[in-house]
Amino acid sequence: MRPIHVEPPAFFHRGPSPLARLTFFGVLSLALLFADTRYRYLEGIRHVAATVLYPVQRAVELPVEAAVWVGRYFGDKARLSDENAELRKELIAQGPLAEAAPKLREENARLKTLLDMRGHYGGAATAVEVLYTGRDPFTQKVFVNKGTQAGLASGEAVVDDRGVVGQVTRVFSYMAEVTLVTDRDQAVPVKIERNGIRSVLFGNGTARAPELRFTAPSADVKVGDRLVTSGIDGTYPPNLPVAEVIDIERDTGQMFARIAVRPVAGIDRSQYLLVLAQGAAAPPRPEEPAESDVAKGGKRRGRRG
Amino acid sequence: MRVLPHVVSFAPATPEEILRPPQPWFVFLTLFLALIANMAPLSGVALALRPDFLALVLLYWCIQAPRLVGVGSAWIVGLLMDVADATLFGQHALAYAVLAFAADYFRRRVLRFPLWQQAVQVAVLLGFCALLVLLVRFIGGAPLPRWTYAAPPLVGALLWPLLSVLLQRPQRPRRRSDS
Repeated sequence: MRPIHVEPPAFFHRGPSPLARLTFFGVLSLALLFADTRYRYLEGIRHVAATVLYPVQRAVELPVEAAVWVGRYFGDKARLSDENAELRKELIAQGPLAEAAPKLREENARLKTLLDMRGHYGGAATAVEVLYTGRDPFTQKVFVNKGTQAGLASGEAVVDDRGVVGQVTRVFSYMAEVTLVTDRDQAVPVKIERNGIRSVLFGNGTARAPELRFTAPSADVKVGDRLVTSGIDGTYPPNLPVAEVIDIERDTGQMFARIAVRPVAGIDRSQYLLVLAQGAAAPPRPEEPAESDVAKGGKRRGRRG
Repeated sequence: MRVLPHVVSFAPATPEEILRPPQPWFVFLTLFLALIANMAPLSGVALALRPDFLALVLLYWCIQAPRLVGVGSAWIVGLLMDVADATLFGQHALAYAVLAFAADYFRRRVLRFPLWQQAVQVAVLLGFCALLVLLVRFIGGAPLPRWTYAAPPLVGALLWPLLSVLLQRPQRPRRRSDS
C-alpha cells in the first residue's frame, strides 16, 4: 500500500497565525489601494501585464468566437433577410443625403476658409470592433481590438454611427480601453444644439442617467433638446451628437438645475466604433504671464505714462 | 463491490473515503484555469451572471488544503486578478485574503455538511467577499452597481457542489481490484 501523507500535528511550526497574516496582507492591500487611487503609479505595470496576458486572452476568446460564428452560420435566415431589407431601405433613404454630401462638404470648406478656421479634425479615423465589456461592474468600459499598433492614442474620441460613445483612456499594444460617456468619471463638454448654451455632461454609472451639471436653473433648456459636443476641450471634435435631455428638475433653492439626459449613441449595443484621431492640435494655451514679466510690463507702462 | 469504477460516478466522496492530499501542481493548475475563466470575454447577461471562478477555486483549496493555500497565496492570486482586470490595484487581493481567512476559520465546520448545505455557506462567504469589494469601491467614489451585482456569488454557490466533486476527484483513493 502507498503511504498516506499525513499533516504534522498543529503544534508543529506553522508560521504566523492566519489572523496575523490577514492583518499583514490586509494592511498591504489597503496601502496598494490608496497608492493606486492617489498616484496611479501602476499604469506601467498594467501595460506590461496586458501585453503578457494578451495571447492568453485571445486564446480564451477563440472558443467563444467560434461558438458565435457557428451560431451565426446557422442563424435563422429570416432575421438576415429582414436585416437585409432594413439595410436596403436605409440605403435608399440615405441616397439623397449622400448626393448632397459633396456639395455640403464644398460649402462647408468654403465657409471654413471664410472664417479662417481649421478643420475640426484631420479626418483620420480608425474603425474598431468591441472585443468585450469591462469586467469591473463599477466602471463603464469596453475593450476594442486595436491599440498603439494601429496608431490609437489615449484621449481620442470614440463615436458610433449615431453619436459619441466615449473616449480612449488606456492604450495597449493590440487593445485599447474606451471609457463610455456613462462612466462616473467621464465628462464631455457639450452645448445645446438649439441655442448654443455650453455645459458639461457627466456620466453617472449604469443605475442613473448621465446629467448636465453646473447649469443654472434659469438656463434655457427644454426636454428633448439635443446636445452636441462643443469642441472647446480640443478632445472631441465639435458638433457630434451626444445626448438628449429627458428630464429637468428646477429647484430655485439649488445652485444648479438637475438635468438628466439620455445618450443618443448605442453606448452598450454598438459593436463597431470609430476612433477619431486628434487632428489639428488645439492652438497652444496662451502663456501665463510670469510674475517678473507682469512687473516689467507695469514698469514700462509706468515709464511711458 | 461496485461494477463500475467509481471514477465515472458523479457522487461526492463519502466520509468513509479518506482523501489523499492534493498535488501542488494540480492546485496551481486549477487556480490558473480559474484565472483564465475569469478573463473570458463576455458581455451582457453572461457577464452579469459569471461567478468569480477564482474565488470559488481558492475557497475550495483553502478549505481542503489549508497547508498549500492560505491567506498569503490568496493575496498573491488576488493581485494577479487585479492586474488582469485592470481595476484598482489591491481590491481583489484584499477580498481574497479575507476570504481565505474566513475559509480557514470555518473550514472544519463547512466540511461537516452535505454539499448543498455547504453551498449555502459558500454563498455567504462569496457574498461577503463581493460586499468587501463593493465597500472598497464605494469609498473610492464609485457609484453603486445594479442589483445584478448580487448574482455572481449566488451562481458561484450553485456551482459549488459540481466544483467540489470535480476538484476532489484526483484526491480520491484508488480502489484496488483485490480489495
